[in-house]
Amino acid sequence: MSLHEILFIVFSTVVLLFSLMTVLSRRILRSATYLLLVLVATAGIYLWLQYEFMAAVQVALYAGGIVVIIVFSILLTHHIHHRSKPFPPVRVITGLGVAGLGAALTIWAILQHDFHYHEAEPLEVNAKVIGQHLVNTGDGGYALPFEVISVLLLAVLVGAIVVAKKDKANEQTSENK
Amino acid sequence: MLHTIPLHYFLIVGTLMFFIGVAGFIIRRNLITILMSVELMLNAVNINFLAVNRYLYPHHLEGHFFTLFIVAIAAAEASIAIALIINIYRRFSTIDVDQVSDMKY
Repeated sequence: MSLHEILFIVFSTVVLLFSLMTVLSRRILRSATYLLLVLVATAGIYLWLQYEFMAAVQVALYAGGIVVIIVFSILLTHHIHHRSKPFPPVRVITGLGVAGLGAALTIWAILQHDFHYHEAEPLEVNAKVIGQHLVNTGDGGYALPFEVISVLLLAVLVGAIVVAKKDKANEQTSENK
Repeated sequence: MLHTIPLHYFLIVGTLMFFIGVAGFIIRRNLITILMSVELMLNAVNINFLAVNRYLYPHHLEGHFFTLFIVAIAAAEASIAIALIINIYRRFSTIDVDQVSDMKY
């Protein structure tokens, strides 16, 4: 077994094991920690596929950004020692049944299909190529989605402020109490 | 080096991860955990996009850019969701979806 195979097995085992533990752990802060491990192992898979830029984005944005705000909100809304109630068996059976059925169907479909690998010379993916694609308006360019994403981020910024802002009327009633 | 692992393995890992996310979405009743399940699903999709891009279309970058945009949207979605969750907690003092059933407080 070559080193590449061992690395792939390690990364995918970590991803699957810890995503299962994220979902099933009853201590929410532990769930967040397991999620962090899943995201870092996913970055490892991206590195394995030789998409170094995506791996860096994954670590910086997911592991550095999203997990931090999730932990932040957990600490704002829960006690550290909080344990959620045991899950009702009906919901566990429904969830695992739906997921198992869907996974079995999808994996069956994947195994049926015969993929034809492309043997072309792989494109080197570095920051220069990515930047040129992102602002290219011609064929194979991504200028339009790039602009759409920037508008979306602006909308999210405004939306987050509006949602998190304290309501004036609400504030007065709480003061009167 | 690349073809020591067939593409199927990546797709199966992605599938299992996605459906673990689906199971979490159904089983859990805590808004933050539901959000984490959604992040798992998005990640599984990203793995699929990148693996297909690398194996089947190595001379293009479509999957790579899709993943880039999905990551950006996931970050936006997470920040909005956290803002909503904290607001819900402020009003109801809980983020259990079974107890947050009033739309207008």
